[in-house]
Amino acid sequence: MTQSNQKSSSLSTRHLTGIKELTPADIELILTTAAQFKEVINRSIKKVPSLRDITIANAFFENSTRTRLSFELAEKRLSADTLSFTASSSSVKKGETLSDTINNILAMKVDMVVMRHSSPGAPHFLAKTTKAQIINAGDGTHEHPTQALLDAFSIQEKLGEVGGKKVAIIGDILHSRVALSNIFCLQKLGAEVMVCGPSTLIPRHIEKLGVKVGHNVKEALEWADVANVLRIQLERQQIQYFPSLREYSLYFGINDKLLQSLDKEVVIMHPGPINRGVELDSDVADGKHSIILDQVENGVAVRMAVLYLLAERGQ
Amino acid sequence: MEAVKQRLILNEGALDVTLSRLCMQLIENHGSFSETALIALQPRGKWLAQRIAEKLAKFTGNTIELGYLDATFFRDDFRRRDNPITANATEMPFLVEGKKVVLIDDVLYTGRSLRASLDAMQAFGRPTKVEYLVLVDRKYTREIPVEATYIGTSVNSIKTERVSVEWKEQGYESDNIWLLSK
Repeated sequence: MTQSNQKSSSLSTRHLTGIKELTPADIELILTTAAQFKEVINRSIKKVPSLRDITIANAFFENSTRTRLSFELAEKRLSADTLSFTASSSSVKKGETLSDTINNILAMKVDMVVMRHSSPGAPHFLAKTTKAQIINAGDGTHEHPTQALLDAFSIQEKLGEVGGKKVAIIGDILHSRVALSNIFCLQKLGAEVMVCGPSTLIPRHIEKLGVKVGHNVKEALEWADVANVLRIQLERQQIQYFPSLREYSLYFGINDKLLQSLDKEVVIMHPGPINRGVELDSDVADGKHSIILDQVENGVAVRMAVLYLLAERGQ
Repeated sequence: MEAVKQRLILNEGALDVTLSRLCMQLIENHGSFSETALIALQPRGKWLAQRIAEKLAKFTGNTIELGYLDATFFRDDFRRRDNPITANATEMPFLVEGKKVVLIDDVLYTGRSLRASLDAMQAFGRPTKVEYLVLVDRKYTREIPVEATYIGTSVNSIKTERVSVEWKEQGYESDNIWLLSK
């Protein structure tokens, strides 16, 4: 049946630079489409032909394992042609500018660029200055939109909906792009957000985004329906923000004893990679409240939805 | 706004007779339905397939296997439509391997949905036989050489016209099929 009475809609943007640029309707559309792709990737034949005429370049100017693998898998499941590129083994080392690198990739008739870069705003810059359709896979400490979308999808899957839920983001908020994207995404979907961590790792004025700020993990967990626990990003820390990892773990680490002491159940999430024994104990990371591996599975479905819906806008 | 002319193709009573006749034709070919599964093509084949399955269960006394297949990701007009189609749920609680399959949709128009659906179905195995049941066959509008095995009713229509199938399950007061033209 090809009649025009089928439900139709598309994204309001042709790039995914950040959650900030998406409307709540965009986010809802991505999550609805992701649910259909999750069914697809659980079939014995996990592939659909939608993007067979699309070529996607994965340009990772900064290290990544799970995000890159997840994007690559999503692209392959959609039958797109893919090429991967890491800065360490490219002409970036020889002094080529970012625009030149991307324009050279585009000259080979590439349709979309999935990129990670250590500079905040790099994808926004390229979306404005080149013809590529850009998907941000993390820009410095700014945004990581697909992570926030998969987190929202995982919360919706576990708790039925995101609206009205209370989500505590715990840990290194200052260096986290996951935190900022999550705050935007959860708020657009109607959830309440609290950030919790040592005061040195909470950005100043963050309460202006409309989030609660806490410094006590037990209180945050008592308030929250969901705890999204973030990694201490030692590689981004130029100075010492807390005395020692042991002390951080003592005050801000989550262990089974702490969860048992609550009179409620809290869903535990983590964007990975986990520093076991620092922000999360193994018995919590692998425990019954954890949906960490569901997040990884959902990541592929959500990225398929993002690529599919953006490809539609790139016609 | 231009006036829309409506012509009633089938009303509730006539539709019920047609559905019963389609069920009898199916029983003639599939007997007890022990080796046959029905697959509704999403989104609009769903209502028809549920009615057919219900009637078949009543007539045969057997449980009828019914799945829902969405072919959005298999369509050949992706990136070529003005109004993109939103994907619907696929719920296939069985594999079609070695089974006879009846695909069910409300209207057969260009034939492209069926082509996409045949592709989409491959993910669930290789059926021994595939048949196609439609409630309304719009003649002279095909873009692909496919035809239905079972047809509720045929209409002569042109591209500017549209067939609208209304089910009570969707909130309408009664079941009706209309031909709309501007």
